[in-house]
Amino acid sequence: MVSKPPSSHYKEISIAEFFEKNRHILGFDSPQKSVFMIVKEALDNSLDACEEGRYLPEIYVEISRKAEDVFAITVRDNGPGIERLEIPKVFGQLLYGSRFHSVRQSRGQQGIGITAAILYGQITTGESSRIVTRTPDSDVGFEIFLQINVRENRGNVISEKPVIVNYDHGTEITITAKGKYQVGKQSVIEYLKETAVVNPDMNLTFVDPDGRKTIFKRSTEVLPEPSVSIKPHPLGLEPGEIIGLASTSTEKSMKLFLSGEFNRVSERVAQEILTISGVGPEADPKSLKAESAIKLQQAFRKVKLMPPPVDCLSPLGEEYIRRGLRTVYEEMHPAFYSKPVMRPVSVYSGNPFSVEVGIVYGGEIKADDQVKIIRYANKVPLLYQAGACAITKAISEVDWRPYGMDQKQGIGIPFGPMIILVHVFSTRVPYTSESKEAIAAVPEISEEIKFALKSVARGLKSFMNKNERREKASEKFDLVMNIIPSIGRKCASILGKEEPKIDMVISRIANTVFINETHSKNENCFDVLAKIFNYTTEERSFDLYAEPFDGEVEGEAKWTIESIPPASVREIKFRVRTEAERYSGTEYFTSGIDPVLVHGAEPLPGDWSIREEVEEDEQ
Amino acid sequence: MNNDVKKVLESMVNRIYNSLSEGEVPEIRMSSRNRDNIVFDQISSVWKYGPSTVSRTLKTADGANYMLKNIYMIDFILEMLRDGKTSTLREMYYISEGWGLGKFGTQDESDMMAEDLEVITSLLREDFRLRPEENGASIIGDLTIEEKSRKGDFKKINCRDDVGEAGYTIPNNVESEKLKIKSTNAKFVLALETGGMFDRLVENGFDDRFNCVLVHLKGQPARSTRRVLKRLNNEMGLPIFVFTDGDPWSFRIFSSIAYGAIKTAHISEYLAVPTAEFIGVTASDILNYDLPTDKLTDKDIAALNSELKDPRFQTDFWKSEIETMLQINKKAEQQALAKYGLNYVTDTYLPEKLAEVGGLR
Repeated sequence: MVSKPPSSHYKEISIAEFFEKNRHILGFDSPQKSVFMIVKEALDNSLDACEEGRYLPEIYVEISRKAEDVFAITVRDNGPGIERLEIPKVFGQLLYGSRFHSVRQSRGQQGIGITAAILYGQITTGESSRIVTRTPDSDVGFEIFLQINVRENRGNVISEKPVIVNYDHGTEITITAKGKYQVGKQSVIEYLKETAVVNPDMNLTFVDPDGRKTIFKRSTEVLPEPSVSIKPHPLGLEPGEIIGLASTSTEKSMKLFLSGEFNRVSERVAQEILTISGVGPEADPKSLKAESAIKLQQAFRKVKLMPPPVDCLSPLGEEYIRRGLRTVYEEMHPAFYSKPVMRPVSVYSGNPFSVEVGIVYGGEIKADDQVKIIRYANKVPLLYQAGACAITKAISEVDWRPYGMDQKQGIGIPFGPMIILVHVFSTRVPYTSESKEAIAAVPEISEEIKFALKSVARGLKSFMNKNERREKASEKFDLVMNIIPSIGRKCASILGKEEPKIDMVISRIANTVFINETHSKNENCFDVLAKIFNYTTEERSFDLYAEPFDGEVEGEAKWTIESIPPASVREIKFRVRTEAERYSGTEYFTSGIDPVLVHGAEPLPGDWSIREEVEEDEQ
Repeated sequence: MNNDVKKVLESMVNRIYNSLSEGEVPEIRMSSRNRDNIVFDQISSVWKYGPSTVSRTLKTADGANYMLKNIYMIDFILEMLRDGKTSTLREMYYISEGWGLGKFGTQDESDMMAEDLEVITSLLREDFRLRPEENGASIIGDLTIEEKSRKGDFKKINCRDDVGEAGYTIPNNVESEKLKIKSTNAKFVLALETGGMFDRLVENGFDDRFNCVLVHLKGQPARSTRRVLKRLNNEMGLPIFVFTDGDPWSFRIFSSIAYGAIKTAHISEYLAVPTAEFIGVTASDILNYDLPTDKLTDKDIAALNSELKDPRFQTDFWKSEIETMLQINKKAEQQALAKYGLNYVTDTYLPEKLAEVGGLR
């Protein structure tokens, strides 16, 4: 008797086939989430395409209802378009992508997303996806209907024809899929809103299934700095990946392979690595075995390697965060926008990463609820699995009480009128799962998030303190300017006498120089009138500096106030240029006068970098 | 009298005016009005404010706001004096709406400030022509008074023969220019906390049988009720007996009649009857008469503990009664005596208790 070979029970399945059976792994685990995922994958691709093509993004997103539970989702961009012949690969093959083998920061990471979306549509409705694209050097666009051959993991072009399109370049994709359209916290509109925050260079039009149109307008025409690709840094690699790189290498020897294909590995370091690992310098990289790859990986850790260069990262930057938050949340009239904080680039497992944080505080933001957290990884909003995310964890591990926020026992998400934006960006973001919904709590990343949070929180605290001082000053100002004069007037009227001269009493009570401002809105700017009252018993002179919380003073922001006699007033007029809708006040600084005498201004700090000082003092 | 009031108030304003024009920081100083600052006055045998004072100065926003409101209130009082009008405290609160920065936040604030002004000036609210909204309590018994009618003539009323079952209602102003106490055959006054007990005693003809005057306190007695008790005690020589529920709040009712209240300690001499006797319901009564009871609430217990620290309750009688009540953790209403029948209180309890304190001699 000859038994059947056991191998006949096994058959190879393609990655596409695997996905067909395990779609939840990529985030298509419920009807409402599926619609969201399709929008997200298509939009990520569009934004990456625009960024690579250096175009200011013009994005159009439409969701239309085909049947009770079937939707057609269209996303159009003005990116560089895609070569006709590349389309089946770009859209139809899982794990195909220009980015998979290079190390740089981008939104899409593994080239799974859009193909998974197309495949999901195909599985649930049987319909092909429609792709229209035009490259700048082509006269026409092409309309292609595409299906995915699950068995062979590639795109099948069902039909293709040239079409006239009214744009010079760009790509439009329409996927028809089963799903459910929902509004609320984890909705398409929320995702678009959060996307708009971190892409202030984008114009986005969204049409929902009821035909309602929402437009997010760009607030800057400055393109983000592009990231550049780097070679892989040795510290981030698993043995399998080392073998993969070796097998495709064109280098003839291990020594040349190590010094040529890796970042931060010089010939000298390569020799050192080979000596430690015992791998022969002249060996053929293509014949690298697992055993040697493990030894190489261990050796990487023993030599001194410089961290990877940072230009492979593309932060949002201070300007983008500020503008984005303002454009989207200005309607809540926040009292305070923090100066955004970006941490210096760090490295985890050889992957460079950094963290940016911005906060918005006060105004009409709900004060009784937990703070709103908006999470981003490589400029992509994260809406699901907040609890599992390193960002949420870091926020709840910071003790917010010293910074003036409500928090039980100094742990957990704080309560208060605040929105926290956290952006983690890296050549490789460690997601907790393939669906890229939460960032794993890698200790290096968690630490950096906390540093950044504390740094912005200090800015918030100093805002609150200044506000409190301003309130106290204005209370005293009210006492001196309104209440005491009213008492004098009333006494005089009861007694039928002349109004008493109250200046002396006010000087005794106040012994203060008040700086108090009023303002009026002008086109694109605010006219500010600052009054300086000398309610001390002596003549006063000093220098006064103004720094608006928002915007800039037109012209010189420094004045020399010469000798105001007791009980007299001086006025200063200036103009503040700002993009904000509301005037949120000006900070005043004085020099040449005892600061305890001054209400409504701070002493001028020794160096003029007072607003930067919060950034520095870590580590 | 009016001229004196005007003079006192104007001199107060003048002091502030002068301070302002001389460059001095004006202040208003007065006795501090809390429990820790009441002391026993040997001469009048009542509790009055002690030596500790508080001051409101122009230096702080709070002090300045207080002073501003005070001056507006004085202006309003002077205006009423000029026009011969009176107003209720509530009316003044609403009128202050037009005072701009001098406007009151709550009626508690304006009521308190009217009392403060009494403390500061040693005058009475009646002098300021400010009335409470509510009337005083009711009286039944053989007592003849004369009350000035709206027409300005005095009308004689006997509080037994000339009134209905509800009795004679004590007006807000009970000073002699409004109310004259003429004559009585009664031997004592019995003050009752609750309307139910007052009606019970009226129905049972208690005032006739024991030749007394019944006064319904309506809970914590109004100033005018306490003033009438004081005058009956002073002018007619009638002893005052107080019959209340048996709980900490009723003890306070008695203490305000006998010793003076903390809020009105500046006029204790004018309101309090140091010889008034408490005849129940006591904690001992609950035990001796085996009365139906309720459990003390947390608030009751806190009130009793606070009374243990109150200087007015530092007598052996009160300490022992309060401690007993805390110990048995029970309180009882006046009506609990109905356990033994509707006549028990008039036929048994009151005669026994009055005999104990010598009221029936």
